[in-house]
Amino acid sequence: MTQQTARIEFNGAGEAAETRHRTFVATLEDSPGVLNRVSSLVRRRKFNIVSLSVGRTHIHGESRMTLVVDCDADTARQLEAHLRKLICVLDVQDISHEPCLLRDLALVRLRVGARERMEVFQLLEVFQARVIDVQPTSMIIEVTGDPTRIEGLAEVLRPYGIEEMVQCGAVAITTGTSGAAATPIR
Amino acid sequence: MQAKSEAKQQRSAAGDSQPKATSERAGARVVWEVLCEEAVDVIFGYPGGAIMPTYDALPEYPIHHVLVRHEQSAAHMADGYARATGKVGVVLATSGPGATNLVTGITNAMLDSVGIVCITGQVASNLLGSDAFQETDLSGVTLPVTKYNFLATRAEEVAPMLRKAFQLARSGRRGPVLVEITKDAQMGITDYAAPDMSPVVDTQLPPPPSAEATDAILEMLEEAERPLILAGHGIIAAEASVSLREFVDKTGVPVASTLLGLGGLPASHPRALGMLGMHGEAWTNQAVQHADLILAFGMRFDDRVTGKLSTFARRARKVHVDIDAAELNKNVKVELPLQADIGVALEQLNARIAASKGRFTPWRLNAWHEEIEANRRAAQDHSTASEPTDGQLRARDVLRALWEVTAGDATLVTDVGQHQMWAAQCYRLEQPRKLITSGGLGTMGFGLPAGIGARMGRPKGEVWIVAGDGGFQMTAPEMTTAVQEGLDINIAVINNGYLGMVRQWQEMFFEKRYISTPISAPDFVLLAQAHGLKAFRVTSRDEIKPAMEAARAEPGPTLVEFRVEQEDAVYPMVPPGKSIEEMIRRPKDAEGGDDSERSSQNRGER
Ligand SMILES: Cc1ncc(C[n+]2csc(CCOP(=O)(O)OP(=O)(O)O)c2C)c(N)n1
Ligand SMILES: [Mg+2]
Repeated sequence: MTQQTARIEFNGAGEAAETRHRTFVATLEDSPGVLNRVSSLVRRRKFNIVSLSVGRTHIHGESRMTLVVDCDADTARQLEAHLRKLICVLDVQDISHEPCLLRDLALVRLRVGARERMEVFQLLEVFQARVIDVQPTSMIIEVTGDPTRIEGLAEVLRPYGIEEMVQCGAVAITTGTSGAAATPIR
Repeated sequence: MQAKSEAKQQRSAAGDSQPKATSERAGARVVWEVLCEEAVDVIFGYPGGAIMPTYDALPEYPIHHVLVRHEQSAAHMADGYARATGKVGVVLATSGPGATNLVTGITNAMLDSVGIVCITGQVASNLLGSDAFQETDLSGVTLPVTKYNFLATRAEEVAPMLRKAFQLARSGRRGPVLVEITKDAQMGITDYAAPDMSPVVDTQLPPPPSAEATDAILEMLEEAERPLILAGHGIIAAEASVSLREFVDKTGVPVASTLLGLGGLPASHPRALGMLGMHGEAWTNQAVQHADLILAFGMRFDDRVTGKLSTFARRARKVHVDIDAAELNKNVKVELPLQADIGVALEQLNARIAASKGRFTPWRLNAWHEEIEANRRAAQDHSTASEPTDGQLRARDVLRALWEVTAGDATLVTDVGQHQMWAAQCYRLEQPRKLITSGGLGTMGFGLPAGIGARMGRPKGEVWIVAGDGGFQMTAPEMTTAVQEGLDINIAVINNGYLGMVRQWQEMFFEKRYISTPISAPDFVLLAQAHGLKAFRVTSRDEIKPAMEAARAEPGPTLVEFRVEQEDAVYPMVPPGKSIEEMIRRPKDAEGGDDSERSSQNRGER
């Protein structure tokens, strides 16, 4: 069971009031209903989700969640405390202020014929995106990267005609030798 | 009977040998084994198809089952039992309708942080998700109103899940835990071994506060001239009333209590200010608003306590100590939030105060005590001056008399409404766990079943249940349960012919449009007699005490109906959303002839 250490926390002004994207990574029990518990909490307490993604890890029985929310610092503390309270949540870290890598993946079906294909290929190179399927009148593009890069690509592709786009939500990992969330506390 | 004592012998035999031998059992028997591990001796329940295998194994175990008349009552009984004893209350019910009937009771326990374990049957695992007969996804239904819930689909899951359920129910911030057990999990055979060690008491206890944290609190206290403690349910849940008293005696800091915190400091203590908030006394709320330091101990700043947030205790620096980190800075932003068990925190504070040799003295706060005392006297003068003199029987008279007759020593269990607030104001509590009332959810119908649960957990002393004519009708069939169990409980029904608290709001905020609040009732005396209770009716002041004494003299369950003034209102009152100093006081001239005339007209609607 995770425990929060007793701490004194004085509310500073400034940063506390600022609403911005904040990133949490959590280690969860890999069992049925866990995602339901997290999403139920987020809905009931009216936290504003930007993205949520969950997947298995190298450790059997554990999964890892990355949750990006739009909120101020006080709300972030609340969310962290509420997540910690969930029995199925083994560990939570707010990594908004840690050096970390954030990656999202998108697949885009673009309406594009033979004439414009080369032009698009050149654009994709700039974004380090790849084409994974080509049809006479369309192609499917795969791009991974920081969520802002994906937004940027979508912007430049929009004029060609995006038929369909899927995105899986950001996953995050801290950089440096000891990952912030690398060692789940039991 | 024989089987029961055999089971007892088996248990004690098993208790001697270590490590324990493993043997095969059906999941249904494992349920009872785990309850025995947890030293459960009474449970509250109602059978049905999906839980029948478990019921079938009951006679083999030394556990008493109280058959209720509605599953909601079973949850309230377990809740009342838990509040009276500090132990975990246990509920057993079937799937589907039995389980959904529990939901209100579970929610009540959740909102008031009471540790109960609810065990329900569930359809066989191969039928899950098929809308089978009496299949309800109770884990889904109760997800936001339980501390946690489990679904056991195999016999071998029963023991670990139930043990975990008990552990969670009594750890950290307590709460209700649900365990659904499919029919095949109850019937399947599994290995069972009693655990080697008795269960750990609290697995979610936060670490003790650091010296840095306690010193910071004491520094703030030293700088304060008008400090005030707000004591909540946490004081009682953490068994911290002795430590609180020590802290108060050493420092002289006065204490205002939340509804559920009442009894945390004896009402007769000179520093006890009674209840704060919506129906708090005027001088108590004034103290909150004048304080320059608030020490919030084991409470959660409910809106019934704070009134308008932006003006709440606005002159005060604030310290908040609570076991639940998610309560810190939730409603009221504080300077010093500290996640800790309040009992542990108070012990540490007391130790540091003792070591500080004279840094804190009660008389340091003399000026503050005098200010509060002056406000108290002024408020009391107002109350006395505005006390109605028409000789009508009023609910307040009944509750004051009850306090006198029982010497303030009864376990007082209330329902929800005006009578609840009068009980909180008039029945001055000297001990913790003696007031059992539905705070966070405000659940009408809670009183009688919670009182039965409290009685089961506390066989000694008096139990009085105070209910309104409305709420009492919600769970009145449990009178039969009390008779069946031969319980010595006394019920006071405060009959004002109205859903009084709602009527009061209609009077104050909806221009006296009394829509759907006049409520008729059966003849409560006949009803109680039909259930097998001794019953009395009181219609005038001079009958109050004799009727109470007659009820007390009776060894079995009794009911006293008090026909009280119909349009009485609870004062003072902070209108919802208003600042807590904006109290509505009892108008000095509102109870004249005009008013009693209106009452007698309405009496016909009874
Ligand atoms: C289950 C439930 N339904 C409705 C309410 C709303 N409510 C709060 S107090 C009250 C009136 C209670 O009337 P009664 O039991 O007669 O007590 P009184 O206020 O008259 O003392 C009502 C309807 C509630 N708290 N609980
Ligand atoms: Mg009433």
